[in-house]
Amino acid sequence: MDKDRKDRLVAREEILHLASLCRVAFSNDELEKLQTQLQDILKQFEVLEELDTENVLPASHGLGITTVMREDCPGEPYPKEKILANAPQSHDNYLRVLPVLEEN
Amino acid sequence: MEIFSLTVREAGELLKNREISSKDLTQSFLRRIESIEPMVRSFITIDPKVALHHAEKADQLIKRNEMTPLTGIPIQVKDLICTKEFPTTCASKMLEGFVPIYDATVIEQLNQTGAVLIGKGNMDEFAMGSSTENSAFHPTHNPWDLTRVPGGSSGGGAAAVAASECLFALGSDSGGSIRQPAALCGVTGMKPTYGLVSRFGLIAFASSLDQIGPITKNVEDTALVLSTISNYDPRDSTSIQGERPNYAKSLVNDVKGLRLGLPREYFGEGVAPEVEKAVKDAAAILEREGAVVEECSLPLTRYALAVYYIIAPSECSANLARYDGVKYGFSAKEARNVWEALEETRGQGFGSEVKRRIMLGTYALSSGYYDDYYLKALKVRSMIKSEFDNIFSNFDALITPTSPTVAFELGSKTEDPVTMYRSDFCTIPVNIAGIPSMSVPCGFSEGLPIGMQLIGKALSEDTLIRIGYTYQQLTDWHSRNPKL
Repeated sequence: MDKDRKDRLVAREEILHLASLCRVAFSNDELEKLQTQLQDILKQFEVLEELDTENVLPASHGLGITTVMREDCPGEPYPKEKILANAPQSHDNYLRVLPVLEEN
Repeated sequence: MEIFSLTVREAGELLKNREISSKDLTQSFLRRIESIEPMVRSFITIDPKVALHHAEKADQLIKRNEMTPLTGIPIQVKDLICTKEFPTTCASKMLEGFVPIYDATVIEQLNQTGAVLIGKGNMDEFAMGSSTENSAFHPTHNPWDLTRVPGGSSGGGAAAVAASECLFALGSDSGGSIRQPAALCGVTGMKPTYGLVSRFGLIAFASSLDQIGPITKNVEDTALVLSTISNYDPRDSTSIQGERPNYAKSLVNDVKGLRLGLPREYFGEGVAPEVEKAVKDAAAILEREGAVVEECSLPLTRYALAVYYIIAPSECSANLARYDGVKYGFSAKEARNVWEALEETRGQGFGSEVKRRIMLGTYALSSGYYDDYYLKALKVRSMIKSEFDNIFSNFDALITPTSPTVAFELGSKTEDPVTMYRSDFCTIPVNIAGIPSMSVPCGFSEGLPIGMQLIGKALSEDTLIRIGYTYQQLTDWHSRNPKL
């Protein structure tokens, strides 16, 4: 990886962009701390560059299980009111959310 | 001997012979919890009413002679395993008040057998941590020294078993979260092969690494619990098909001819000399019993930590995207629109370690970095797995320390994530390769327990149980109790 790209994370804009991708609201103090901590952690990853992985296949988990298929057997669904009992806000058997689209 | 210091097998004998009832046994544990829980704090939720209800049901089973080894046995379950109509928080403010509408498969199996759920165990928030200090509610204290951590993330389970607050606990292990706390609290903990125990109802942290397993007082109990909870489950797409053995049959006091390897990368620099000595002494004991012990090498060990801290946060950032404050759990008030609500909910609901890992994972998966980090880590995982495959053509099992040090002081590593992450360097490679491993107590340093880790190839739990059982027939580290 070229050096310029690695150093980019230090930039404030990069951290802000990342926070928006995560959909997490951070305080300024939190962001400042994260900037150094992430840089420290990423430094630990540089060791992987020593390894030549050109002809290695990636493993998504440790065992050789591949995509599992099964018959499509409809079962009893969970009762709506029980599911909605955990929802912070519901209305007429629906989850209630704040506006997604706003005027202007 | 106090009733609460029994093992699962011993308590089972008393229940079977009708010398005690499950109700007596449960009440004895509830009294024990009442007296020492203010010091240990291993539970998030305790419900005596629910426990006694389970105990009465168990007594009915016993009366009808429908008893199995876990019938009537009081247990603690880590608070990220879903329990129907019983709060499940993941030690996070994000899930405070969440009540699952279904049981995890392992809970269904335990309920069927008549095990008695006393309560849910404390942990690092969403299983991210090595000390249980990341719990949003309170830290747990090590029963051997209350100023020290119990390890993590299943610190509640290990502390509860060590302090005799339950007869066994269920934990989960994605990078050492069962074995490291078991080592630090002087109890036995096993991470089974990936896919051996169903993950249905286990709230996901890092799906390719997570596995449920038992925390017990000895290897004999590990075999009893594992036999009950390991089954093929069609509701978990990574569940291994086929029958499981009865692990109690592996409780064989004999290691003659077994080939045991001591991988040199797990010793030396970074490992406390007392820990190294205790583990090597344990290997020598097995050698005297007829095992063939030899040094060996796993050169890729030094890359495992980096692989883990790319893969686990990446999977975590995807899994934790579901916490949106709409369907369940915490929801931030005073937002103007759905996007602001989402960001505020997650900002206020998650603790700092969880947020750190979400950021790290999002970074590793984001455009421009995916190949350099995530894909690279998956490739090195392939290499680590092959390295283990190769070594197991020469060895039946490997012996290493579980944790490079004994339990550390509460608060001593919380400000430095990199140092905290390093405390898992002996356990992490096992999860990356999906293989089983078990920690058994093998000594003490300044009054604090030391754990030996046994690592085997996929589905070799029977061999690990045999080695651990033989070792525990020759030593008494596992039967010592902290003074509380």
